[in-house]
Amino acid sequence: MGPLAPNGIISENTNFLLAFFIGIAFGWVLESSGFSSSRKLAGIFYGYDTVVLKVFFTGAITCMLGLLFMSLFGWVDLDLIYVNPTYLTSAIIGGVVMGAGFIMGGFCPGTSFCGAAIGKIDGMVFVAGLFIGVYGFAFTYPLWEKMYMARYLGEPKVSEKLGMSDGLFGLLLIIAAIGMFAVAEWAERKFPREEY
Amino acid sequence: MSNNTTNERSRRYLNPYLGGVLLGLVLLAANFVSGRGLGASGAVKSVVATTIEAVDRNASETMPFMKEYAGSHSGSPMKSWLVFQMLGVIVGGFLSGAVAGRLKLKVEHSPKITSRRRLIFALAGGILFGFGSQLGRGCTSGSALSGMGVLSLGGFVTMMAIFGTAFALAYFFRRNWI
Repeated sequence: MGPLAPNGIISENTNFLLAFFIGIAFGWVLESSGFSSSRKLAGIFYGYDTVVLKVFFTGAITCMLGLLFMSLFGWVDLDLIYVNPTYLTSAIIGGVVMGAGFIMGGFCPGTSFCGAAIGKIDGMVFVAGLFIGVYGFAFTYPLWEKMYMARYLGEPKVSEKLGMSDGLFGLLLIIAAIGMFAVAEWAERKFPREEY
Repeated sequence: MSNNTTNERSRRYLNPYLGGVLLGLVLLAANFVSGRGLGASGAVKSVVATTIEAVDRNASETMPFMKEYAGSHSGSPMKSWLVFQMLGVIVGGFLSGAVAGRLKLKVEHSPKITSRRRLIFALAGGILFGFGSQLGRGCTSGSALSGMGVLSLGGFVTMMAIFGTAFALAYFFRRNWI
């Protein structure tokens, strides 16, 4: 059955149309969770607002569980689901550069578009920065190509690397998330926050 | 601001755990429909590739970045899943903001800094994030969130690198936020 497009159940154009609707839902959830506000997003790094942590981890876990159960019921073929490849060096260095961008800019790409969509000028400027950054990478790519391709590990799942089943890893991830949520709730009581 | 107003305002945002479950369901839907997760920087990359191609028709043969891009994408760069999805994000974000009464043209910043300083940092942050998302093969959405949803090792590594770095640098940029 699923995934629909790779299995040829829906056409390419239908897939694009659904992408638009899925995008609307994505933008709606991000904005209504407060992700259009850089000050709410940055709160995670100072403890005064931990909405990012809660939404992010609950989201990843919900998807993970959904895929595991749908695979169990035979509704989706996990072999056809794209697993991001792991190029260890660039995953780390790219992440470090993005982390610096996050604390300086207060947005990540998806949230900056949401902020811009409701009129946040800082969001629009961040989006402009994104384009500059991507152009910058495009024109200097030969300088980074070696690093970009270094330490390719294939498409491993973290559960495989740790030598456990997807289900067991999922359970441990849920327990870890609950622990982090407890710390997050404590931090929000400890550090004052204003509402914007 | 009185406590009442504060409560009323905070109620306008979704409960974060509910928001997370909904986000997870959207991510699940993306995987079920297209076999891939969500993304944001990929759409920016498509626009960039399109403009480069428009300026230089031979770019896909002469420019290494475009060669790499063409290797992993077929057809016109704008006819990509993430481009349509990001158009939806803009519409969805706008609709949510409209319903909640949050549509307002403004620079959001801490009262301790000027708008100008906020915008300079927003631009610098955007540039770094744009660059980093290319190096890291995806941003918080495409690499960290979607990667974690399918248990990708790279997704977890990138997530830890993004949040770890931001936490490590938080002290130096604290004046911007608190």
